[in-house]
Amino acid sequence: MPDLRPANVVDLHGERDAAAGADLFPLRLSDLTYQAGGNVLIKGIDLSLGAGGATVIMGPNGAGKSLLLRLMHGLLEPSGGTVTWGGKAMSEDVRRRHAMVFQRAVMLRRSVAANIDFVLRLRGGTDKARRNAILEHAGLAAHADQPARLLSGGEQQRLALARALATNPDVLFLDEPTSNLDPASTLVIEDITKAARDRGTRIIFITHDMGQARRLADDVVFVHRGKVLEHTPAQAFFNQPASPEAADYMAGKIIL
Amino acid sequence: MQDFGDAFLTAFKLLISADADLMEIIGLSLRVSLSALFAAGLFGLCAGAGLAVGRFPGRGLVLVLVNSMMGLPPVVVGLIVYMLLSNAGPLGFMGLLYSPTAMIIAQAILILPIIAALSRQVIEDLHQEYAEQFRSLCVPTGRMMIELLWDARYSLLTVLLAGLGRAMAEVGAVIIVGGNINHLTRVMTTTIALETSKGDLAMALGLGVVLLTIALTINAGVMALNATAKRQAYA
Repeated sequence: MPDLRPANVVDLHGERDAAAGADLFPLRLSDLTYQAGGNVLIKGIDLSLGAGGATVIMGPNGAGKSLLLRLMHGLLEPSGGTVTWGGKAMSEDVRRRHAMVFQRAVMLRRSVAANIDFVLRLRGGTDKARRNAILEHAGLAAHADQPARLLSGGEQQRLALARALATNPDVLFLDEPTSNLDPASTLVIEDITKAARDRGTRIIFITHDMGQARRLADDVVFVHRGKVLEHTPAQAFFNQPASPEAADYMAGKIIL
Repeated sequence: MQDFGDAFLTAFKLLISADADLMEIIGLSLRVSLSALFAAGLFGLCAGAGLAVGRFPGRGLVLVLVNSMMGLPPVVVGLIVYMLLSNAGPLGFMGLLYSPTAMIIAQAILILPIIAALSRQVIEDLHQEYAEQFRSLCVPTGRMMIELLWDARYSLLTVLLAGLGRAMAEVGAVIIVGGNINHLTRVMTTTIALETSKGDLAMALGLGVVLLTIALTINAGVMALNATAKRQAYA
């Protein structure tokens, strides 16, 4: 299999202080509840995440993982409970220090380069050299002038990730970004994500892929029916999950 | 049938010879309708984007009103503009009645709801696609509107085309506020109506052919542009 990974993904989002986002932590969810259409979808979650590393959120379909991520990022307003970042309530200032990559990459109807320019402008001016470096390190420099929507699925997701990292976020949320990708493209996304983590960006990642979770996770949050059943270091989770639901999930059993 | 054929022949000769009266009428028609399109496009696209992105109390009512106004009867618009611009009206001091400016105002009012309502729908569809990404990036509302207008530009051309078509084909409003004065406010549609009533079908048909040709040319151009944009995944 050809190695599609960019030659150097480490500098994708430029120089950053590894401790830059420390003041945002701990991220604390207290009695967090979310309901829609009369259904309680997130049921009084209490969770605390510290600075640094990569947290992987796992759980069966419909467990509430994506909702949880959106509540953490402030895309959704909780129906009850609180989300605090380093003791501060959710605000636009906090959210501007986050970035998110969605399961289905949202490509603006413009060129690959213009997609990056859009976020650079949003964060204070277009720097062509920086844009070119971002594209180079995401392995997309050759596609700079192509319409973004004509890229392959893997390339689109790589562009979405590069665009998110172009904001130089302290926290990066990824909602199953590789669920529709082939193994090579998945590895590229993982490499870029790991490089971001190594440079101090806090990663919170949803996946169903057990192998991917093992490769990326420092700790695992297992969600089922709107509740966090366990939050443990990755090694402990994969060796011996504490909850029977997580054990069944890892064993490939259908859990309802 | 013989008359019909003769009329077509005469119309063709008028066009080939670039008859001065005919050219003047075509020129004024284009000037009036394109000016109305420019004014209505400027306000209509902004209003459409604002309605697509904005959430405010009474938004539903505003949408119903704007959508309903797409079917504004031209003669009613003409009458209202006439009352506003006539000497007894609040804007009578401007002396605009029976001028091309009055016709531009009437046409702009007529097509403004069309552009606002259709562009609102186009932009709202695109906004649904972008909304979560924009919210994630904390894009301010004004900026969001600009980005959506830019990314929807090819679809919005079709919206503007619909407005232009309505403006150019319109006769009721411009005849009331323009008066169909020869060499001053006579445009294609009012001339067609006049010449038909006089029995001079050649001139009327000649103008009809020009009107159709302009509509076809603009439509073909916009369709080609849209097809290119779609091929390149910008639309």
